[in-house]
Parts: sequence; structure tokens; C-alpha cells
Amino acid sequence: MSSGNKIDVAYVSDLARLELTAEEKALFQPQLENIVKYVEKISEVDVDGVEPMMHGRELVNAFREDEVRPSMDREKALANAPARVGEEFLLPKIVEGAES
Amino acid sequence: MELYELGIKAAQDGLAKGEFSSEDIVRSVIDRVHAVDGKVGAYLTFDEEGAIALAKSNPKAVPIAIKDLINVAGQPCTCGSKILKGYVSPYDATVVKNLKANGFIPAGRVNMDEFAMGSSTENSALGVTRNPYDLERVPGGSSGGSAAAVGGDLCVAALGTDTGGSIRQPASFCNCVGVKPSYGRVSRFGVTAFASSLDQVGPMTKSVEDAAILLKALAGHDEMDGTTPDDPVPDYPAELAGATLKGVKIGLPREYFNVSGLDPEVKRVTEEAVRRCESAGAELVEVSLPHTEYAMAVYYIIAPAEASANLARFDGVRYGHRSGKAVDVMSLYMKSRAEGFGSEVKRRIIMGTYVLSSGYYDAYYGRAQKVRTLVKRDFDDAFAKVDALLTPCAPTPAFRLGELQDPLTMYLNDLFTIPSALAGVCAASVPSGATSAGLPVGVQFICGGFGESKLLKVCRAFEEATGRISLARKI
Repeated sequence: MSSGNKIDVAYVSDLARLELTAEEKALFQPQLENIVKYVEKISEVDVDGVEPMMHGRELVNAFREDEVRPSMDREKALANAPARVGEEFLLPKIVEGAES
Repeated sequence: MELYELGIKAAQDGLAKGEFSSEDIVRSVIDRVHAVDGKVGAYLTFDEEGAIALAKSNPKAVPIAIKDLINVAGQPCTCGSKILKGYVSPYDATVVKNLKANGFIPAGRVNMDEFAMGSSTENSALGVTRNPYDLERVPGGSSGGSAAAVGGDLCVAALGTDTGGSIRQPASFCNCVGVKPSYGRVSRFGVTAFASSLDQVGPMTKSVEDAAILLKALAGHDEMDGTTPDDPVPDYPAELAGATLKGVKIGLPREYFNVSGLDPEVKRVTEEAVRRCESAGAELVEVSLPHTEYAMAVYYIIAPAEASANLARFDGVRYGHRSGKAVDVMSLYMKSRAEGFGSEVKRRIIMGTYVLSSGYYDAYYGRAQKVRTLVKRDFDDAFAKVDALLTPCAPTPAFRLGELQDPLTMYLNDLFTIPSALAGVCAASVPSGATSAGLPVGVQFICGGFGESKLLKVCRAFEEATGRISLARKI
């Protein structure tokens, strides 16, 4: 990591599927540059041969038997849908050229 | 004494003797909320009829206020965000099931920073919460509603969550006990995820004994959360009997005491706490946690990275806000998220996406995970020498609403609570004193992973040595 890295808020927010207003871009750009600069402090640390800590606790896989179990009732799962049709979530057309 | 002033132990004793019923407590809390919550703003919603009905069918149960990111079937769960306006939980979180199975009922939903990102509750999109000890000041955060409700006697006790200090810092600001359990001690199933390798649910209470009772009810293995081991849950309240500081080795990490930004009054209260421990027979040991200065940087890479992944589920498809201006699926995502999330959440999603993005992953996220290992090793080394660590909890007392505008300055609130969160160990804030202006100040005790028994005993003995911190409230 070099201090030459500069976060491009407009580009990254697009990756994050987050539309920003011009005002937000202007506000967040210097704020996030500042935060990125702060976290670059970790480049000072010698991490040669250090294993990454992936989780809050050293874990082995927690498996259960692969058996069919009841899942959430369909109506309950659909109850919070912003739009639905029958037993499905309703969305704008996804595949271009397909009939809607 | 009014019933809303009771803690858990006193409520359970009175219920057992038949002096009053669960419904009496719930009605007393509701009256209190009507009387003073207009000034405090601890609660977002309170289903009064539902709580009374639950109390009637569980006449010996103690009501608990719930942070608004923990799912209770049939109740709202906004996470302090506009994006979940109108959402109704389809199921109970495991902690809520555990409450109900152990003599508690959920009653009321309390405010928080949006998706638990913040240290003042000012990031809530749904309302302002004020500190009951000074209404011009924040209650801390992100569990600010929980802390204000406990500190203002607007509930018997509350659940909070802690990712980098969100139980402990508000507990310090509002004169209550707050325990962040070890990672894995309490199930996260049904608790809206912020940073999955850090989040823990914990008790916020009026005494250490209450925290022990509530933690015992919450803790344990859950097959719905693979990070909860099948370790037995100790009888925390029973183990408090005879708790003493005599012979207990208390480590004082030097990196936590000589810090610029540590408020002189907080420093004084912490030093007084150290002397009280010594007078009570504790053996003080100076220790070093050499990677402390990197912990904040590690946290502000790892937590946003995990958050950006977790919050990807808010896409306007299955639940939550959907933009009315979308013309296709991409604009549905872009606009629904833009309209639903507040500024701090957006900043963290962008930060998290950045540190995970191609070309930066190794330098930021990968490296942060390695430094996290070093932070954890510091704690392992310290706990080879001492039983517990004693540190300041928050670097300042409660600050004024609107006082901290710069995000990075706000982040510094969690300077002393983040390292132990990264290490996955357990820690608690216990009331310890006050500033000359009468603002509460807590101190932090930290013990090793799954060392809650030891932690609670140390906290209980400290509480006894300290006595009750009685401060004037402004409500």
C-alpha cells in the first residue's frame, strides 16, 4: 500500500450500487480520503509470517446433518415484499429483449 | 420506590414473593415512558397492548427493552434506518427466544445509530435520543437508546449490541453496567448483522448482578449460529457470591493511560478506580498491549468491509425500501439504497467496498486481518500474567449533541473498546464516578475469551468497593 492510493468515491459507490448526489460526493470524498489515510497506519506493522485472523474466534467448520427441515412459511417470507405477484417477488424486467 | 426503578434482581424477588406482577411492572414502565420519554427519546416504538398481554400470560416475567436491530416476531425492526420503515419481523431472534424461555419478555424498542454505526445515536434516521443526565448531551452509541432507557429508569434492563464499543461506551455515558460478551458466547441469529466477526449482543443493566442474570439467560450454543460453541453456560449470578478483589491480578495497560485525547476528568476517575482496586486487595500489574495504536485502523478496515457485504442484502427486492423512481433492476438497487441509507452508513459501505476491491484487498483487508492477529496476541500475552485489565472506557464523558461533526473524530470514541472487540475477548463498563459537572464516567474491565465468570466477579467486587454512583438526572 502506498500513500499514492486515492479513493475515488464516485467510482467505488458505483461498485457498491449506491447512487450519490453531487453534494454527497463532494462531502464524502475528503472525509473518506482522511479515513483511508488514517487506516494506512497499518502499513507500518511488520506482518511477515503472521496468519490472518479471519473471525472473532478460532473456528472449525460447524456442520449439521444434511437433512431437509421446514423453512420459513412462504407467506411470512413474502409479507415484507415491496411488490409481489402471487407467490413471487415482483421486479422490473431483468433480461433485455425478453417479453415482460 | 416505583416499580420502573427496579433492577432485574429486585423485580424477580418481588415477583417471586407475589408483591407485584409482571403487568404491574410493565404498566409502571409505560407510565414512566409517557411521563419522561418526550424529553429523552429512548424508545422508537412501544407496543403497549402487546407488552401488557405478554405480561398477563407471563405474570412472573421481567420486561426488557430491545435494541431496534433485534428481531421480535410481529414487531418492527428498523435498525434506526429509513430503509426498514414498515418492516415487520417474521421471527424471534434466538436471544429473544432465550429471554422468553428464562422469565423475561420483550417490552419496547429502543433507538440506535443506523445499523449500529456510530457512537452518539445521532446517526439514527428516526429520532434524537438525549442523555438523561444532561439533555443537551448524547447518550453515546450505538446502543444509546438502551443506555438512556436504563440510565433514566425507563426500563428494568435492556439488550444492546457491541461491535467496537456500542454497549460499553453508552453504558459509561449513562451510568449503567454494560457487558460485551466474548465473541461466540451469545447467538447472533436474528440480530441484523453489522460486522459479523465482531458483533455481540449483551446486557445493559442497573447492576453487575443484573448483568449476570441477563447474560446467563442470553448465552449458549445455538445451532442457527455456527460461531457459538457448545460450551456450558456457567451460573453467572450464583458465582458472584463472595466476589472479591483480594489477590486478583489487575493489569494496567500503559497504552491506555498516556493517550492524547484522554479527558483529564476521565483520567482522574480511572486512576481513582485503580486505587480503589488496590485498597480492596487487588495486585496491580503494569502491562503492555503494544499493537493498541493500530487497532482503530484495523477496525475501520474490517468492520466496514464486513458491513458492505452484509448491507448488500438491502436491495429493494425482498424487504425494505424500494425506490419509486427505478426503471430497471440496476436503478432499483442504486436508488433504493440511496434513498434508504443515511450518510454514515453510505460512508462505511463505500469504505468497505474500497478495501475489498480488486487491487486493494491484500493491502487493506488482508493486512488488517494479520494485524488483528497481533492485537489478539497482545491480549493472550497479557492474560498469561493477569486476571483482568482495567482501562478507561471512553476517552471523554458524554459530549454535546452536534459537537462531533467529523467522522474520524467520532470514531476516536471507541479507542479503548475496539482492541478487545477485535480480540474477541469479553469486557464490561461499570459506573465508577462522575465529572465535576455531574456526568457519569464508567471504567472498563477486560477478561480473556469466555472469561465472563471472572469478568463479572471482578466487576461485582469493584461495584461493591465503589458503591452506588448516585447522580442527578435532568428528567
